[in-house]
Amino acid sequence: MAAENPPGDGRLVPDDFDDDHAAFLTVQRVAGADDGPLDGATVAVKDNISTADIRTTCGSAMLADYVPPYDATVVERLKTAGATVVGKTNMDEFGMGTTTETSAFGPTDNPTAPGRVPGGSSGGSAAAVAAGQVDYALGSDTGGSIRCPAAFCGVVGIKPTYGLVSRYGLVAYANSLEQIGPIARDVAGAAALLDAIAGPDEHDATTRHDTREDLDVDGHPADATSYADAAGGGIDGLSVGVVTDLVEGADEAVVERFEAALDDLRAAGATVHEVSLPSVETAVQAYYVIAMSEASSNLARFDGVRYGQSGGYDGDWNESFATAREAGFGEEVKRRVLLGTYALSAGYHDKYYRQAQDARAWLKQDFDEAFETADVLASPTMPVPPFELGESLDDPLRMYLADANTVPVNLANLPAISVPAGETDRGPAALQLIGPAFGEERLVRAGSALE
Amino acid sequence: MTAQTAQARDLATVIGLEVHVQLETDTKIFCGCSTEPADEPNSRTCPVCLGLPGALPVLNEAAVEAAVKVGKAIDADIPVETRFHRKNYYYPDLPKDFQITQYDAPICQDGRLEFSVEGEDRAVAIRRAHLEEDPGSLQHVGGDIDTADYTLVDYNRAGTPLMEIVTEPDFRSPGEVRAFLAKLEEVLEYLGVFDATRDGSLRVDANLSMVDADAVADDGAIDGSTLESANRTEVKNISSHKGAEQALAYEQSRQKNAIQRGADVAQETRHWDESKGVTLSMRTKEEEKDYRYFREADLPPLRVADWKKRIAIPELPAARRERFREAYGLSREAADKLTSTKQVADFFEEVAEAFDPGLAATWVADELLGELNYRDMHVTDVEGRLDEVTRLVELVATDEITAKNAHETVLRGMLDGGEDPDTIVEREGLGKTGDDEVADAVRDAIEANPDAVADFHAGEDGALNFLVGQVMQSTGGSADPGTVNELLREALAGD
Ligand SMILES: [Zn+2]
Repeated sequence: MAAENPPGDGRLVPDDFDDDHAAFLTVQRVAGADDGPLDGATVAVKDNISTADIRTTCGSAMLADYVPPYDATVVERLKTAGATVVGKTNMDEFGMGTTTETSAFGPTDNPTAPGRVPGGSSGGSAAAVAAGQVDYALGSDTGGSIRCPAAFCGVVGIKPTYGLVSRYGLVAYANSLEQIGPIARDVAGAAALLDAIAGPDEHDATTRHDTREDLDVDGHPADATSYADAAGGGIDGLSVGVVTDLVEGADEAVVERFEAALDDLRAAGATVHEVSLPSVETAVQAYYVIAMSEASSNLARFDGVRYGQSGGYDGDWNESFATAREAGFGEEVKRRVLLGTYALSAGYHDKYYRQAQDARAWLKQDFDEAFETADVLASPTMPVPPFELGESLDDPLRMYLADANTVPVNLANLPAISVPAGETDRGPAALQLIGPAFGEERLVRAGSALE
Repeated sequence: MTAQTAQARDLATVIGLEVHVQLETDTKIFCGCSTEPADEPNSRTCPVCLGLPGALPVLNEAAVEAAVKVGKAIDADIPVETRFHRKNYYYPDLPKDFQITQYDAPICQDGRLEFSVEGEDRAVAIRRAHLEEDPGSLQHVGGDIDTADYTLVDYNRAGTPLMEIVTEPDFRSPGEVRAFLAKLEEVLEYLGVFDATRDGSLRVDANLSMVDADAVADDGAIDGSTLESANRTEVKNISSHKGAEQALAYEQSRQKNAIQRGADVAQETRHWDESKGVTLSMRTKEEEKDYRYFREADLPPLRVADWKKRIAIPELPAARRERFREAYGLSREAADKLTSTKQVADFFEEVAEAFDPGLAATWVADELLGELNYRDMHVTDVEGRLDEVTRLVELVATDEITAKNAHETVLRGMLDGGEDPDTIVEREGLGKTGDDEVADAVRDAIEANPDAVADFHAGEDGALNFLVGQVMQSTGGSADPGTVNELLREALAGD
């Protein structure tokens, strides 16, 4: 793998910029406002988040030359908060992967466990934070893409509640599932970054709180909330439900670290009990059907007319589009677009897409019930330690199954945090805490108790 | 069946429509770009309507309000919650290669529209009417779609709110379609949600099939299986009422001829070529289209349960027509004319309020509309000159100028020269000549034309007309011919 795609191939990283793990695709500094809560902080931005005048590739050859004319809302907010954007980080192509190896620009190494993958799809962002290249990074999480690399690199990542953070400017992979979120070396840092980016945005209708009738709150949950202040807040009396379905079958060394973390929570005053979520059994299948279906539509616009290499002018438009897409997309992207197209097709729509929606509804209901007896739910973030580089690339199914613990959270639109839980013999392990909708403060408080 | 029996069959025509109308809003349906047409291609665009990666749609509620107004006007059901779907297909005029439209919860369902055709009242059921985004427009350079050297894309139009109105197959003739479209446009203009003058603001796809006349019940109903088994053609590229009637009349006789020859009518999509006046089979193979509809997660469902109550609509043409007849005592013909568009009706009411409604009706319905029509102008072109038109009517009503001068000189001058009526009256000396002046002119004419006077006494009718002409000439046409006639007879009688 590394031989075919040596780091630096197609990357715009200056020679004097220290990027030993190949975390960055483009290094280009943009200073923020003169003061603000993030004054002086450096931030890396995942390369599927639009940055005005800085190319935004999504890790794809299709967008190798695409330079957005506008900033994503989160990037605007970072600048307003005084942060300096350092550059754009490597990722699985369009977010489709768990290892950052499907990037058209080659893999990223794991700074915490060299020779192993940094996780994905926000692998570059987690690696840049783990290596100390930046203070913070932004990732995006469609089925675990923030939490997985945070876990594999031994840093903290938060997947916010759907609708907490604006997606305006995030190049969509599966738009009903994904959120932009923070990656940092500690919980307080991740919370501070979340403070900077969360809140309603007139450009993203799903951040409009007034459409959420089920919530008994005035205004947007991020208004007048300080997530950073919640860090270190104490968890005396916190009720933690361990999702047994997500612990069974996990790697022994990972489970060992997970149990130790639970002990730490108990020691800090929490109570721990077991809960079962039978619906997680169908979550991975449902996740992939929904994500691939949405991807088949979201990625349709990359047809060679305005993006990627032109498909030429022979034959009709469809032939030209097909040529451009064949040339511009990698294998994993093609696989998911084709499967998603199939799942939405007449005759299969009911069998796949509708069933997946039913599974999603069942899961939401299961989570609602679980939160009747628990303040937060816990599981290992990843059931396994980081893979070795190149190990899983030819085995998509193995890669998909590694998402078992993270995808239920996206399907249920819930928030979750991944916090380091020590090292296994093959790299870091991590604890995932899941909260009820807009329960980020609670997650920050609980997560910080482990530090 | 043999050709013989086919010829003997009586056939009935069945037509259903999908009408796309652009709703008039200030900004596009999912972004803040202006909907005003622009000369410079791609100048009314932003990341959203260009479909740039990462851009998200945000619903312009003004488009939904306009759609609810249409729903009220066609007496449709408005759902508790309306939502959007994606319709996936690849086409270069679609910035995202999918169109945001409505699928299972359209903004309007089960409506109807009444109209009259050749004096007979008809109603057509409207199955649904939904909102969607207009694609951009393509310009084929150096040929048509098949032969062009290259094709240019302009996204200025992309994102203009469109309403697709789907009727039941209730039409039985091309003439009905034309009358329906005229009525629909009238209603939309009344609601203030539609601008017929905008290019491409109305686009029609029509389905037409022929069935056995026996299959049509007395009330016009046709059972579903008859419709299913009849092969129908979908005619696309219709952009006017007249075009719809012509295209469907062509298609009707084409199908009728085929059936009477004993040939099959292919189920296909045909393209209306307005310049040639024919429908042409679109060469592309008609495969079953699969748009892979699914929910647009970027747009949360919108609760519209109380919008029907909340949103008011103006008085509709039929009601206004009735009111005009009753309140102002207008004839049916005058009331029809004066309610032909909302602007005309508003204009008339303003004039009528300031003055005598009967006179206002004549002046607006006959004189003004006639002269505007002659100049290819619309009432909207003189909207700002309401006071001037009112003044013109007043000049006639108070007998200050003659009706003839008011029409031929003042009104035409107002429209051609842009001047106000008083300026024209003064410059042209049109103020009605005083009685003394006319009397003087009569005396002068008699003195100056002894031959004509002699002829009059000899019983020659033409002589009086000659003298009237002389008086009119010397008074610059401002005298009332009837009065002149009378004065001349009096003077000559006492001669
Ligand atoms: Zn726009």
